[in-house]
Amino acid sequence: MDQALQHLVNGTVLGGTYALLGIGLTLIFGVMRVVNFTHGELYTFGAYMAYGLVALLHVDFFLSLVLATMLGLALGALIELVLLRPMRKADIDSVMLVMIGAALVLQNAGLWAWGGVAKLVPTPFAGTPLVFGPVSVLPLRLFVLGVAATLLLVFWLLLERTRAGIAMRATFQDAETASLMGVRVGWVHTATFAIGSGLAAAAGALLGPVFMVSPAMGDLVGLKAFAIVILGGLGNLPGAVIGGFALGYVEEFGGGFVSSEYRDAFGFLLIILVLAIRPQGLVALKERVG
Amino acid sequence: MLNRRTALLAGLALPALQRTAWAADPIKIGMTQPLTGAVAASGNYVANGAKIAVEVLNRAGGVLGRPLELILEDNKSNPREAVAAVDKLVLRDRVPVLIGAWSSTYTLAIMPKLLEYKVPMVVETSSASRITTSGNPYVFRIAPTSAMEAVAFSTQLGKFTPAMRKVDFLSVNNDFGRGAAEKFSEALAAKGVTIGRTETMTPEATDLSAQLAALKQSDADTIFLTTGVEQQTLALRQAVEQRLGKRFVTTGGSFPDALIANPLPAGNTSFHILFYAPWFPERAPYPAIAEAYTAEWNKNNWEFAGLTEGFRGYDAVLTVVEAIRLAGKPEAEAIREALWKVDIHGVNGDIRFAKEGPAGQESGQNQPNVAIVTLSEGKTGLL
Repeated sequence: MDQALQHLVNGTVLGGTYALLGIGLTLIFGVMRVVNFTHGELYTFGAYMAYGLVALLHVDFFLSLVLATMLGLALGALIELVLLRPMRKADIDSVMLVMIGAALVLQNAGLWAWGGVAKLVPTPFAGTPLVFGPVSVLPLRLFVLGVAATLLLVFWLLLERTRAGIAMRATFQDAETASLMGVRVGWVHTATFAIGSGLAAAAGALLGPVFMVSPAMGDLVGLKAFAIVILGGLGNLPGAVIGGFALGYVEEFGGGFVSSEYRDAFGFLLIILVLAIRPQGLVALKERVG
Repeated sequence: MLNRRTALLAGLALPALQRTAWAADPIKIGMTQPLTGAVAASGNYVANGAKIAVEVLNRAGGVLGRPLELILEDNKSNPREAVAAVDKLVLRDRVPVLIGAWSSTYTLAIMPKLLEYKVPMVVETSSASRITTSGNPYVFRIAPTSAMEAVAFSTQLGKFTPAMRKVDFLSVNNDFGRGAAEKFSEALAAKGVTIGRTETMTPEATDLSAQLAALKQSDADTIFLTTGVEQQTLALRQAVEQRLGKRFVTTGGSFPDALIANPLPAGNTSFHILFYAPWFPERAPYPAIAEAYTAEWNKNNWEFAGLTEGFRGYDAVLTVVEAIRLAGKPEAEAIREALWKVDIHGVNGDIRFAKEGPAGQESGQNQPNVAIVTLSEGKTGLL
């Protein structure tokens, strides 16, 4: 029972970070129909920005997280303006190829700039865990979970309660009609890609200090983000959150109680099951048309 | 003009090295290491060790009157890339001898290519037993096998207080990790230690909470951790989070140096099986060589703890260059034959090869030395 409780806590912490990863990716796909292969690299970018600011420039840890997210937003906007805007009329395959190329460039630029050796990001949090009965968790992990939850809430409010959010949702539903209604679709695309990128960079800046920062850290994360999005339903925002937690719990309980050897396989087994039974994802009520 | 340290090193390591002006093109030494990817820290350390060995030897006159050139290829912590790196080194760069490839998985992937191209390789790190028992006469390993490491470790069991009664394993899920768990289980069982469960992790995994939560339930007092530097660091940090309260022993010669600048909370002491303990060069089998290597490394301002693995590249280059000198020419087959005659002093100790594997197809295996280093609150000690 104690082990199950610890796995539950671990799965919740892991799921929260997975949700943050998934939501940026699914937002970009939902609004722009762009499969963003740079997502993992933007996560890496955020982690390295946090490392550079905290460890090298000695900027305050919390301010560094904000700055790293802002830099991620800026990089996302740049990618959209330089690479994606000229490809607006291109087919999805061409855009995918461009994004794969951009991901390779970003990863190798990171490698060139930072070297291949993994880095630890210093934090102001105590290294001793908080203990709640039979379970324990580091203060840093709780902080990350709290910030992830706050970011998800802020993002939801942005979508539901602001004019920009309405414009995004309108573009999400029907870009042509939104354009006829006066929505500047081009800027919605830029803002969407920037926000999705900012969320990925925020996830990297938050998780970099929990784990380690290395140029290849985005590879596995990118794969997981796609898994989360597929679980929740492509373009489905609540689905990304639920998919994130589902993947976190399945990996944690499967790895802990069945076999750690197949920990990652449990997540992908879940995806196969979902695709077989509910191909539209866990949350989507019906398949989108058009 | 040679400075004192260079002369000392060259004199100790390769007494008969020719010290003449360059007469021809450089002699190429091919090396593949994981310079990026999951185990990049270790690969970069080993590569740096090789680079400074080449620098030192070139300052001392190279070999056969020619300078040395190290051609380094990244295997990206990936066996497929390791094979591609060897293809490039042999077919395009025409190297007559190789050094590589850190992980047993990468080395095993390369080995058929050695037979195909008939180029010898000095294996500086990989520990899986079958590297030298599968019948590949182009393999010469200076690193210890997991079995050697386990047996050497088991002779020092009496130094642990409280005594080891039962052990579990947390291993990276590849030839290196599984092989270490198997060989340490055998060696420790022979000493009366009870063997518990083995948990594994993929090389890229960063969240090890499921494995650690499962190990917490075991009544074992010690966990043997076998993986690269990055996962060692992650596992030790996450074990504190999960309050495992068990002794950790890392195997394989890697050291989680990031925990010196960012130490674990007080009361957490970890043990590390190393093949060179740079904090204590005076305790090395040949202190003058160890100190010269350490000084050369520090001149580059590289991370100090990287010395723990950098020596592998350093000793590998000394070995290869001695073989080239003995062969009298930089040709693959002559170097392979000469490797059997190598008998030098390296940072780890004596380097000479004994035959292992099926008769007529033997590989070379060196018998290295082992040290156990403790790490507590960012400070190292020698057990």
